[in-house]
Amino acid sequence: MSREKSSFVKWIQSGKVNKRLCIFTFMLFPMLLLIVFTYVPFAKMFQFSLYEMKYLGAREFVGLQNYLEVFSRDDCFQALKLSGYYIIASFVQLAIALWFASILSFKVRGGGVFKGLMFFPYLVCGIAVGFIFKFFYTRGFVLDTVLQWCGFNLDQLPYWLKDKSINNISIAATSVWRYMGQNMVLFIGAIMSVDDTLYEAAAIDGATGWDKFRYVIFPSIKTIVVLNMILAITGSLSVFEPPYVITGGSFGTGTYFVIMNELAHESQKVGLASAMAIVLLVLIFIATMIQKFIEAYFLGTGDKDSIRYRRRQKKIEQERKEAVLAQAKGGM
Amino acid sequence: MSKAKTKKTVWAIVKYATLVLGAFISVLPVVVCVITAFKTPEEYASTNVMDMPRSWLYFTNFIEAWQKANMGVAFRNSAIILVCVLIGSILTGSMLAYVLNRFKFVGNGLIRNLFLFASLLPGIAMQVSVYQIMYTLGWINSLPGYIILMCGTDVMSIYIFIQFFENIPRSLDESAIMDGCTYFGVFFRILLPLLKPAIVTVMILKGVGTYNEYYTANLYLQDKNRYVTVATSLFKFTGPLGNQYNYICAGVIITMIPALLIFILCQKQIYSGLTQGAVKG
Repeated sequence: MSREKSSFVKWIQSGKVNKRLCIFTFMLFPMLLLIVFTYVPFAKMFQFSLYEMKYLGAREFVGLQNYLEVFSRDDCFQALKLSGYYIIASFVQLAIALWFASILSFKVRGGGVFKGLMFFPYLVCGIAVGFIFKFFYTRGFVLDTVLQWCGFNLDQLPYWLKDKSINNISIAATSVWRYMGQNMVLFIGAIMSVDDTLYEAAAIDGATGWDKFRYVIFPSIKTIVVLNMILAITGSLSVFEPPYVITGGSFGTGTYFVIMNELAHESQKVGLASAMAIVLLVLIFIATMIQKFIEAYFLGTGDKDSIRYRRRQKKIEQERKEAVLAQAKGGM
Repeated sequence: MSKAKTKKTVWAIVKYATLVLGAFISVLPVVVCVITAFKTPEEYASTNVMDMPRSWLYFTNFIEAWQKANMGVAFRNSAIILVCVLIGSILTGSMLAYVLNRFKFVGNGLIRNLFLFASLLPGIAMQVSVYQIMYTLGWINSLPGYIILMCGTDVMSIYIFIQFFENIPRSLDESAIMDGCTYFGVFFRILLPLLKPAIVTVMILKGVGTYNEYYTANLYLQDKNRYVTVATSLFKFTGPLGNQYNYICAGVIITMIPALLIFILCQKQIYSGLTQGAVKG
């Protein structure tokens, strides 16, 4: 008996079996999670989108009706227009982050403190941010008081969260407040990874601050800046938390996902919400494909140079050849 | 010479002015919250929000907020969730990364792509149908169910681990195998201890996300008496309490304190963790 057991243990421990067993057990749990919480819901969502249904009770097959509704209702597809505010906000955010990152990467008195203060909002939880800014924007409260110090009259000031001409900007600004510091830290990390001797060389060559930014700092962080700009676009299509926690989507601040969430969990129009989700997934997928192309074109992927760079190299090569040829001819 | 000097001074002024302004804007909303949290209800009603409170030792709001929002339970639940989710996702993430990085087998590339594609799907949209699955499994209002959902391996941590494995020489595994160690032994005894920096990075990224997670916690832990988390505890302050900001601000400050403490203690690791997280492939 003991002999049999020991041979079984040996068999388990033998290279090939052990390897397969290891692969199997280590993959089991992650794959299960991936399938149960990503791919099964994905398939279900597609199925739901073809039905008129609630979470419980009878469902009725309606074909593509839900998709038509997504495009024809004024509160669904139209809500994507709000993404414009968030795209602009995220570009502003990147610009501010870039500015502070290029200051704070060098010796600055109290640099660590400034960095910490500007980064901290990133660690505040979403709903707390919501309360903080509901308070901040309330009539006659924080923002209004500060503006009154600056000489504005309370009557001149709009209702920051109710006035439809400005409330989306107010909300987008809160996400700049929250995420700017995080971007800044990423940029500082990228700038710091540049070899110090480059800055020394630049200083010896008499480079001004702007030159330093243009020729040393910017090239080193170009990739991460472009990546963040690209992420900003997909991110803006799927904005959810800021309007959800601050206004709950009222007064025309409901972004696409806020409305989808409301349809799914409050009105229980699960079919329509699923169709909305699928439509946005397709959009995000297209946007990602375009991004991948742009990335390959301007930045190159992995160890490949960018398409643009390769073309330019080719052109330069060609010109050089022509010049040599012309010179040879001229020499004759 | 003097021209260069004035230029330098102007630059310094611009630099510090923007820094001070930036820091001011970052801090102002929070500072006003702190001020308000120390005001008595009458004081809150009668003074401007920017006026200092009469006493910095008035802690009644904090006590009230703590009790109203059931924060004792909330902190206990959040701690349980945080510990379990971190252990769970670090184990699953590093195991998967080990298998994907060290073994060649049919489907390796496919599995990588499956995870990559999953990262494209926005979480909020998925919850429409995940909700139904959680319901079928009976995991609504269940702490273990929520923990398992949150463990759902995210691509970011898998990438961080894979990147890290690439820098650990394979000869290390091979020599251990020669010495009669099993593949499990290689992972748990040799590689896992070496992964420490990557584990810290993942802990920070996943920890911040889990502690602050509001939407899914609200959706799947609906019983706000037993299964409230720190993030959802603030939900108590919507509705009838919606404009008693002296309590709300106190509640907000309480939820921020753990994050603040960890930030002060592990500032360096947080910065480097974020930077590493961003440089995924």
